[in-house]
Amino acid sequence: MFYREAGDFSTSYPEDSQTFPIKFDRYRYYLVLFIAIVVIPFFINDYWVNSLFLPFLIYAIAAIGLNILVGYCGQVSLGTGGFMAVGAYACYKLMTSFPDVSMVILVLLSGLITALVGVIFGLPSLRIKGFYLAVATLAAQFFLVWLFNRVPWFYNYSASGQISAPERTFFGIEITGPNTQAWATYLFCLMFVIASAYVARNLTRGSMGRKWMAIRDMDIAAEIIGVNPLRAKLTAFAVSSFFIGISGALFFAIYLGAVEVGEVFGIQKSFLVLFMIIIGGLGSIFGSFAGAAFLVLLPVALKIVGVDWLDWPTDIVAHLQLVIVGGLIIVFLIAEPHGLAQLWRVAKEKLRLWPFPH
Amino acid sequence: MNDLADGYVTADGRQIGPVVMEMKNITLRFGGVEAIKDISFDIRQGEIRAIIGPNGAGKSSMLNVISGFYVPQDGEVWYQGSRRPPMKPYEVAQQGIARTFQNIALFEGMTVLDNVMTGRLTNMKTGMLWQSIWKGKAEREETENREVAEKIIDFLEIQAIRKTPVSRLSYGLKKRVELARALAAEPSILLLDEPMAGMNVEEKEDMSRFILDVNDEFGTTIALIEHDMGVVMDLSDRVVVMDYGKKIGDGTPHEVRNNQDVIDAYLGVAHD
Repeated sequence: MFYREAGDFSTSYPEDSQTFPIKFDRYRYYLVLFIAIVVIPFFINDYWVNSLFLPFLIYAIAAIGLNILVGYCGQVSLGTGGFMAVGAYACYKLMTSFPDVSMVILVLLSGLITALVGVIFGLPSLRIKGFYLAVATLAAQFFLVWLFNRVPWFYNYSASGQISAPERTFFGIEITGPNTQAWATYLFCLMFVIASAYVARNLTRGSMGRKWMAIRDMDIAAEIIGVNPLRAKLTAFAVSSFFIGISGALFFAIYLGAVEVGEVFGIQKSFLVLFMIIIGGLGSIFGSFAGAAFLVLLPVALKIVGVDWLDWPTDIVAHLQLVIVGGLIIVFLIAEPHGLAQLWRVAKEKLRLWPFPH
Repeated sequence: MNDLADGYVTADGRQIGPVVMEMKNITLRFGGVEAIKDISFDIRQGEIRAIIGPNGAGKSSMLNVISGFYVPQDGEVWYQGSRRPPMKPYEVAQQGIARTFQNIALFEGMTVLDNVMTGRLTNMKTGMLWQSIWKGKAEREETENREVAEKIIDFLEIQAIRKTPVSRLSYGLKKRVELARALAAEPSILLLDEPMAGMNVEEKEDMSRFILDVNDEFGTTIALIEHDMGVVMDLSDRVVVMDYGKKIGDGTPHEVRNNQDVIDAYLGVAHD
C-alpha cells in the first residue's frame, strides 16, 4: 500500500541505477541512519553496547568483507579469523609505534596491511577453485595464528603473549582502554560501518562488481569478454581482506581491548563469519548486516528466553544455540541459498502489489 | 573476385573491405589427435564468413584458436595487418574480438542489463578509488556505457526483460542476451558459435534477421559456425568448409555448394 513504485519514475540512468530506487525504501534508509546516528547514542549503556551493538557493527564489517570474496567473487575462504588477526596485530603494532597518529588512520592502515596479506594468500586462487581453495585458505588461518603466537615481536615481547590496546582518544574522547563511554565506542564503530557499506555497495554495483560476479558465475565467459581473471580475483581478495582487517582492528582495539590470538581469532571465527553471510545472504550487502545481526542476537535472545525466563541451565542453552545455528545453516543452504536477504527481497516484491496482487 | 586486395561490392550492394584477419597454416593437436590440419583462410572487413562442416570437423576448435583459448602448435594468426603473438582470451577481447558460445555462457546470477553491461567492461577504466566514491567519475562512466548498452538492448528488442535475472529466461531469449553481451563490446569481429542451435523456425528467422541487421547497421565483421545449411547459404558471403580438421572448400555459397569434396563430405561417398 505504502510500498509501491507507482508514480515513481526514473528519468535518467543514474536515477534508475541508484541503490534505493523506490521512494519508500529511500526514506526508510534515511530513518534507519537517523536512528542509528542520533537516537541510539543517547539510550545505550555498557551492557547493550558490549553484548549487542559493538559485536554487530564489527561483525557486519567482517561479513561485508567476506561477502565480497565469497558472495560476489565466488572464492570460498576459511581464513577470515586469520585475516582479522592480521588487522588486530597490525593495529596493535601501529598503536604502540605511533602513539600520536589518529586512530582512524591507524585502523585504515591496518586494513591496508591486511589487504596485502590477503592478496598473498589469494594467489593460490588463480590455480585452484571451490573446495580446494577453501582448504588453501584454511592454511592461511592456521599459519597466521601460529605466526602471531610464536613470534614475540608481534606482541611486543609481553610476558603473557597477549596484546592489549593502550588508551587512545579521538577528538579528545577516549575510545580505547578501560575508561571508555558506551556511546563513543559505538559511534566510532558506526562510522566505519557506514563507510564500509557505502564503499562496498559502490564497488559491487559498478564495473568492479560486474567483473567479480562474472568470475563467480562463469569464469570462462568472463575471460572471453575481457576480464583479467588474475586481477579480478586478487582485487576481490584485497578489498575483502581490507574490510576484514578493519573489523579485526576494531574488534581488538575497541571491543575487547585485550586479545589472545588463538582464542579470539581461531577457526571458529572464520566459520562464524561464513555462517553470517550464508544465513544473511551471499552476494548482498544487506545480507551481511542481516546475518551479523542474526548471529549476534541469537545467543542474547536465547539467554534471555532460556536462562532468565525458563530457568534452564546455562550449558543447555549454550548447546541449544549450536544446534539451532547448525540446523539453520542446513535449512538455508537447501531451501534458500540466498539467505535472509532473498526472503527480504521476496517480501518486498509481494509488498509492492499488496493488498491487490492481481 | 576474392583476390581484390581492397575488397569488393556484393550482389546486394554491401561494401566488403580488405582482409582483417588471416589464419595461416594453423595446426592444432591434442596429444596425438590433430583437430586442425594446416588450415588457412581469411576474413574480410564487413563480411559474414561461415565455417561449416560435419560434427567433429574442428570448427569450434578454429573459433577457439581465434579467440585465444587454444594456442595452435603451428601457424600464424594475422589480425589488422600484424602477426598476433600468443595471447590470453581477455587480451583478445580487449583487441575487439567478441564471441558467443555454443552452449550459452551467460552469467546466471546477474540481470540481463548487468550481463549486457559486462560486455562494456573493456571500455570501463575508472580506478577502484573513484568507483568506491561512485559520485562523479564512476557514475559518469556508468551512465555513458549504460547508454551504449541500452542501444543494444533496444536493437535486439529485449527492453522488457532488462531487469530480469538471466536464469529465468527461455533458451531463445538467452541466446539473444548472449548476442547482446557480445555486441555491447562494439567488436570489430564477432564470432558466433552455432547461434541457432536448438531453435525453432521462427526463432531462427529472428536470429538471422538480427545477424544481418548487426552486420548492416554496425558494419560488424561476423564469423559464424552453423549447421543449418539453409541459413548458412542465405546469410554468408563466403564459406569455409572443414572435414576431419582439413579445409575442403572455400568460396561463395554457390561455389561451395557445387564443390565435389563438400558434397562427398556431407552426403557421404561410396567406398570401393
